[in-house]
Amino acid sequence: MNVIILLLIVSICIAGAFLIAFIWSSEDGQFDDVYSPPQRILFDDHIESKHKTNE
Amino acid sequence: MSTKTAAKIKCYHCGTSCNQYNIVIDEKYFCCEGCKTVYEILNQNNLCSYYDLNTHPGLKFNKNIWNNRFEYLDIPEIKNKIIQFSNGIQTHVHLEIPQMHCSSCLWLLENLHKLSPGIVYSRVNFTDKNILIVFNEKESSLRKAVELLTNIGYEPQLEIEHPKAENNILINKKRLLKIGIAGFCFGNIMMLSLPDYLSGGKFIEPELRWFFTTISLLLSLPVLFYCATEFFVNAWKSIKAKFINIDLPIALAILLTFLRSIYEIQAGLGNGYLDSMSGIVFFMLVGRFVQDRSYQSLSYNRNYKSFFPIAVNVLDGNHFKPRPIEKIQVNDTMLIHNQEIIPADGIVVNGIPALDYSFVSGESEIVYGKPGDPIYAGAKQTGSNIEIKVTKPVSQSYLTSLWNKDIFKKEKNFQKTDIDHLGQYFSIFVLILAFSAATYWYVQHRNDLMWNSLTTFLIVACPCALLLASNFTNSQVLKTLAQNKLYFRHASVLEKLSKINHIVFDKTGTLTKNDDQIISYAGTPLNLDLKIRICALAKQSTHPLSQAVVKFLQTNDSNAVENFKQTEGKGIEGWIDDHYLKMGSAAFVNADNLAEEGGSSIHIREDGHYIGCFKVIQQYRRGLDTLTTALNTRFELSVISGDNDKESGFLSQIFNKENTLLFNYNPEDKLNYIKDLQNKNQSNVLMIGDGLNDAGALKQSNVGIAVTENKNNFTPACDGILDGNSFDKIPSVLAFIRNSRLTILIIFTYSLIYNIIGGYFALRGVLSPVIAAILMPCSSLSIILLSYCLTELSAIRNRLSRTDENH
Repeated sequence: MNVIILLLIVSICIAGAFLIAFIWSSEDGQFDDVYSPPQRILFDDHIESKHKTNE
Repeated sequence: MSTKTAAKIKCYHCGTSCNQYNIVIDEKYFCCEGCKTVYEILNQNNLCSYYDLNTHPGLKFNKNIWNNRFEYLDIPEIKNKIIQFSNGIQTHVHLEIPQMHCSSCLWLLENLHKLSPGIVYSRVNFTDKNILIVFNEKESSLRKAVELLTNIGYEPQLEIEHPKAENNILINKKRLLKIGIAGFCFGNIMMLSLPDYLSGGKFIEPELRWFFTTISLLLSLPVLFYCATEFFVNAWKSIKAKFINIDLPIALAILLTFLRSIYEIQAGLGNGYLDSMSGIVFFMLVGRFVQDRSYQSLSYNRNYKSFFPIAVNVLDGNHFKPRPIEKIQVNDTMLIHNQEIIPADGIVVNGIPALDYSFVSGESEIVYGKPGDPIYAGAKQTGSNIEIKVTKPVSQSYLTSLWNKDIFKKEKNFQKTDIDHLGQYFSIFVLILAFSAATYWYVQHRNDLMWNSLTTFLIVACPCALLLASNFTNSQVLKTLAQNKLYFRHASVLEKLSKINHIVFDKTGTLTKNDDQIISYAGTPLNLDLKIRICALAKQSTHPLSQAVVKFLQTNDSNAVENFKQTEGKGIEGWIDDHYLKMGSAAFVNADNLAEEGGSSIHIREDGHYIGCFKVIQQYRRGLDTLTTALNTRFELSVISGDNDKESGFLSQIFNKENTLLFNYNPEDKLNYIKDLQNKNQSNVLMIGDGLNDAGALKQSNVGIAVTENKNNFTPACDGILDGNSFDKIPSVLAFIRNSRLTILIIFTYSLIYNIIGGYFALRGVLSPVIAAILMPCSSLSIILLSYCLTELSAIRNRLSRTDENH
């Protein structure tokens, strides 16, 4: 039965690590704005250069 | 120059239909000079990807601003209050820009450094509609940055204090944290309880059980002492206020469950119900978070403070210079521009005051005066410039109290909704039942059953189902409506809307489209000077017809108008460049030729000579006839208009005989008409108006919706804002909202049946706590699922589900 206790402690520790990661990311402001970062990653310079050649 | 083209061309910048096709660059059409200017600025700086990311991302540009408007931002003491950080070389400032709405906005605002070399860096927080700008003090200034933003159509909202925005972030962060922790604890406690459930609580070794329960207990502590605090606080407040709210039974259930669990664990009777306790907390927190989220994106975030003047132009020697309003003293002379708020009581020295006291008194009627008249703080000047001598120093608190009175009255004192009432009765009912059952078992000397019935009943019948049902359904409904460009102030409006039986429409700007008119001119040909003069006069009025004339003439100069006078419903007059201009209805101007049927005409007379007349034929919004047929089956309809009855012929074709068509109504008549409907016919009235001259009527009605082409127009009197393009969706929106009430009812019935069955066993004390603990989260989950499915289904049936045009 000790195995179960060991497994349990390990599993709670892993879950706890995720919880800490969540708290950290929340404190870091990663959930403050969930719209701009996914949009921002799509902006790059070649849209701009495409336009330059058009003109 | 009349425009009758089959295919409508939309402005490349803002997407408004163009009325004339002479504003073109690079084969791109624009609706006005303002939009074209923005395009030119962006084009020169190679920022045209703005237009590639979304079509028509721009905002209709309002060029109606005077030069040096932001001069006050150069005053150090004002500047220091707005900026966050400055070391003399670099300055950081957070500005609120409520207009940002799509990825194009985001992209452009983060590329500000390409427009102005002084700007080092700009970063947007889209959720809070906030931008951080870092600029070099040498090359730029706060004023320049604000002017740049204004020039590209993103005028920031300047506020001296901004604790509000940061508070919002903090509250959100805290709640998210609580949800995370509650979810973690709930999940793990559930996992630890599973072996006990599966084995029926019999085959687990004692030491293992002891270990499991200890960990569960430890995990439940943060839930009780951190995550659930708000329920306890609210419950305590409700006890103090001697009013039973829905948080009270929840808090009681949480507390009792916890105490009972400790007792059971300690006595070695079982695992307790720590998993149900943390489950309740987790699901309730999620429900509240979801509900809060759905309000945040709304433009109502603008508060009264954004209307406060920060500085005002004061006569200093021979020139007017901006001065912070706290520094204004008695006997200063202030210069107030059109649309500016008067910060202090005073006496008019120069100019004609045309004051809108709507924020102070709620009356939308404009009050005219003459030099020498007293003027009170809080009014908004609507005519030409006026000069005012201050008689009383500015009191910020007085201004705040004035404005609070009006705007927040409607926001704070929401009438309690049916759900609140139901929740309250339900809570009382649950408490009474639980305690009477406990008393019964106590009298029967069955202490074990007493505790069992009390806790299991509170767990099973916990009114969180009610709260979850309405929270989730409302937020789902608000989200769907927002996708269809209808924005409501608060979820309680939905309930009021479902009871509506009479709809009143305003005509101009609501049934007709302000920017979609066919205008023609007949009379003496207009030379440029005359055009400028007519335009200058027409600009003074916010009446849709005057604005149509301004748009038609398209001059950029703005000349000063002296002795401006507006006669409501008749016309306007004033002196421009030594000419006396009068424009308005035929009777007002004494026109010789009366206009033919159809459309409204604006006659013009200068210095006594009749010049000619503009004819404006209003274009009705598309789908108007299908709209009225759809609404006629269920509602009584009325149209009230401040205009003459020239178009009654057309309107009576669209509306049927039982509907009321009323013409020549001034704003007060409109208000009284709605009052009459409410008092005499006991009707619940929905008023759909344009939010500008219907403020009183919108406020009087049970639900007032303002139709607007620009959703950032703040209209304090209304409960909702409808984008003009979604006007034809009104019948389906109303049907959808009625369905949503039905959805809530279905979920209520569902949870009631569940509660009755569970409660029956619980009260008899025979419900195994284990089963109660499993049923609780199951019921919460099924409620969320049911609410989501039913709302989506009704959205699809009413053709309101996701539209791809929503950018």
